[in-house]
Amino acid sequence: MSVVADVAFWVLGVLAVLAGAAVFVVDSMARATYALAVSFVAVGLQVLFLQQTYVGVVVILMMVMEMAIMAVYMVMFMGMNPALMPMSMVHDKRLALAAAIGTFLVLAAGVLLVDWPARRGSPPPDATRALGEALMGHKMLVMTVISPVMVATIVAGVVLASARTRYDRYGDDLRGAPDDPQPGGVGR
Amino acid sequence: MPELVPLATAVQAAAPVWSLLAAAILGCLVMLAAVLDGVLSARGNGAAGAGVGLRRPFAEAARLMRQRRRTTIEPDSLLWRIGGAGLLVAALLMVAVVPLGRWTVFDLDVGVVWFNAMDVLVWAFVWLVGWGANSAPSLVGGYRFLALGLGYELPLMFALVAPPIAAQSLNVGAVAAAQHGLWFVVWMPVAFVVYCLGVTAFSVWGPFAAAIGADLAGGVRAELSGVDRLVFELGRYALLAAGAAFAVPMFLGGGAGPLLPDWAWVLVKTAVLLAALVGLRRRLPVLRPDKLMEVGWLVLLPAVLVQDLVVAVVAAGRG
Amino acid sequence: MTLEATLLIAAAIFAVGLYGAISQQVVVMVMMGLELMINAVILAGAGFWWFLAPDPTGQVLLMLVIAAMTLEMAMGFAVATLLHRRSETDMTDMATELKE
Repeated sequence: MSVVADVAFWVLGVLAVLAGAAVFVVDSMARATYALAVSFVAVGLQVLFLQQTYVGVVVILMMVMEMAIMAVYMVMFMGMNPALMPMSMVHDKRLALAAAIGTFLVLAAGVLLVDWPARRGSPPPDATRALGEALMGHKMLVMTVISPVMVATIVAGVVLASARTRYDRYGDDLRGAPDDPQPGGVGR
Repeated sequence: MPELVPLATAVQAAAPVWSLLAAAILGCLVMLAAVLDGVLSARGNGAAGAGVGLRRPFAEAARLMRQRRRTTIEPDSLLWRIGGAGLLVAALLMVAVVPLGRWTVFDLDVGVVWFNAMDVLVWAFVWLVGWGANSAPSLVGGYRFLALGLGYELPLMFALVAPPIAAQSLNVGAVAAAQHGLWFVVWMPVAFVVYCLGVTAFSVWGPFAAAIGADLAGGVRAELSGVDRLVFELGRYALLAAGAAFAVPMFLGGGAGPLLPDWAWVLVKTAVLLAALVGLRRRLPVLRPDKLMEVGWLVLLPAVLVQDLVVAVVAAGRG
Repeated sequence: MTLEATLLIAAAIFAVGLYGAISQQVVVMVMMGLELMINAVILAGAGFWWFLAPDPTGQVLLMLVIAAMTLEMAMGFAVATLLHRRSETDMTDMATELKE
C-alpha cells in the first residue's frame, strides 16, 4: 500500500505542476482554465493523502466551482481569442522566468538543506472532527473574523461589479415597480 | 514514514470487484429510468401498447451506436469528450460513497462533502460539452447551465448540511445509521425537497433542462451525435440515479425496512425515488435560469437555512 | 511521500504561479497565477501539518488560506468587471490609475 501511495502521490504532484504550467502555455481560454482546475484537483487529492480529508475534498469542491466561473470570465474578458489571433499575451517574460526559476531554486534549496524537526505529537484519530472542534472551540476567532470579511467582500464585489444601482432600477424616488431588463422569478 | 490509517483502509476497501458491482447496479438503475421514461413518453404521445415504450431506450441506444459521428468545424475535441464522459464518471464517483447495506465502495469519512464536490464537477463537465462543440447553441446551453448552477447549488449545499448536523457526522454510513426509527425526511421535508430539486438540476432534467432546451436546438447536446450523445444521455440518467441513491442514506433511513435485507431496501428505495424523479419531468415546465436564480436565492435558500436552524436546535437539544 | 517531496512539489507549483502572475497581461490570467501560488501554499501547509505537527488545530490555517483565496477571486472578478466597464480594457498595463 505504501508504495502505491508513494507513486500515486508523486504522480499527482507532477500532474499538479504540469497542469499548472499548462495554464500559461496552452492557447485556449477554456483549456487554460480547466488546466488550473486539474492542478487544484490534483493538489486536493494530495491533501487527501495527507489525511486532511475535509480540507482536500473542500479544495476540489471550491476550486472546480471557481474554475467553472473563471472560464466564463476568461471568455468574457479575453476579448481576442489567442487561438484565432496568435499574439503574445505576456510582458517581462525573461524577468518573470528568471524570478520564477530563482524562487524555485531558493525554495528547493531551503527544503533540502533545512534540517526538518521530527514530528511533534500524533494525528488526531478523526481529523475532520478535530478541525470542526477547533473552529467552533478555541480557534473560533478565525471564523468570526472571516465571516464579516466575507460579507463585506460580497457587498463590495456587487457594488464594484454591478452596472445598475437601485436608482436605475426604481427611479429617482425609489418607488414603484423595478425597471429590470428581465423580471425575476418571484414576481418582483 | 507515518502510517496512512483512515484513507488507506478506505481505499483498500474499494476492491475492484465491488467497484464493478456498484457500476453494474448503477447501470441497471439507468436502464430502469430510461425504460420508465420511454414508457411514459410513449403513453404521453398516445402510442399504442407498452412494448413501444419498453423497446424505445434500447432502440435509441442501438441507433446511436450505429450512427456515424458528426463533427463541427474546429471543435475542441479533448474538452468535448472529457465533458461528455465526465457526467458518467461523476455519477460513478457519487455512488462510490453510498452504502449498500453493510458495504460501501469508498467509505470516506467526509462522504457527504465528497458527493457535493462531485456534483460541482457536473458544472464543469456540462459547460465543457457546450464549449467543445464550437457551436453557438451548445455554448449558450453551457452558459445556461452555469446560470442555473448559481441558482440551485447553494440551496443544495445547505440541504446536504441538514442530515450531517442531525447525525453529527459527515460519513454517509453514520448518517444512515443515525436515523433509526425516524427517517430524516420526516422532520427535514424542506431539505429533502430542495435536495431532490438539486438532483434534477445537476442531471439537467425536467424543469432544469433549459441547458438542453428545444429552443436552443438541443443546447449543449445540439452537436452531440453517435456514441458521444449516448454517453452524455447515459451520464444524465446515471446522475439522476446516483442522486436518488444518495438520498436513501441521507433522508430515507438507509437500509432500514421490514422483511428484506438492508441492501435490498436501499435498492428498492432508490428505484422508487428514481421513478418519482423520472415522472417529475412530465409534470413541470422548464424553468428559465434567470427566474430560478431569484427563486433559489430568495425562496429556497432562506427556507433551507431555517430548516438547518431547526435541525441544529433539535440536535443541540438532544445533546 | 515525505515532507521534502511535498514541499518540492509545492515549490514548483509556486514558481509556476509566480511566473504567471508576473508575466501575464490579462487580469484574469494574473489571477490564475495568484491562484496557483495559493494552491502551492495549501499543499505546503497540508504537508507541514501531517509531517511536522499534526495537532488538532493546525488545519484551521488551511481553512483560512482557502477563505483568503475565495476572497481574492471574488474581489478580482469584481475589479476586472469594473475595469472592463470603465476603460474597456482587461490588461494590467493599461490600468495605471494607481501609478500616477
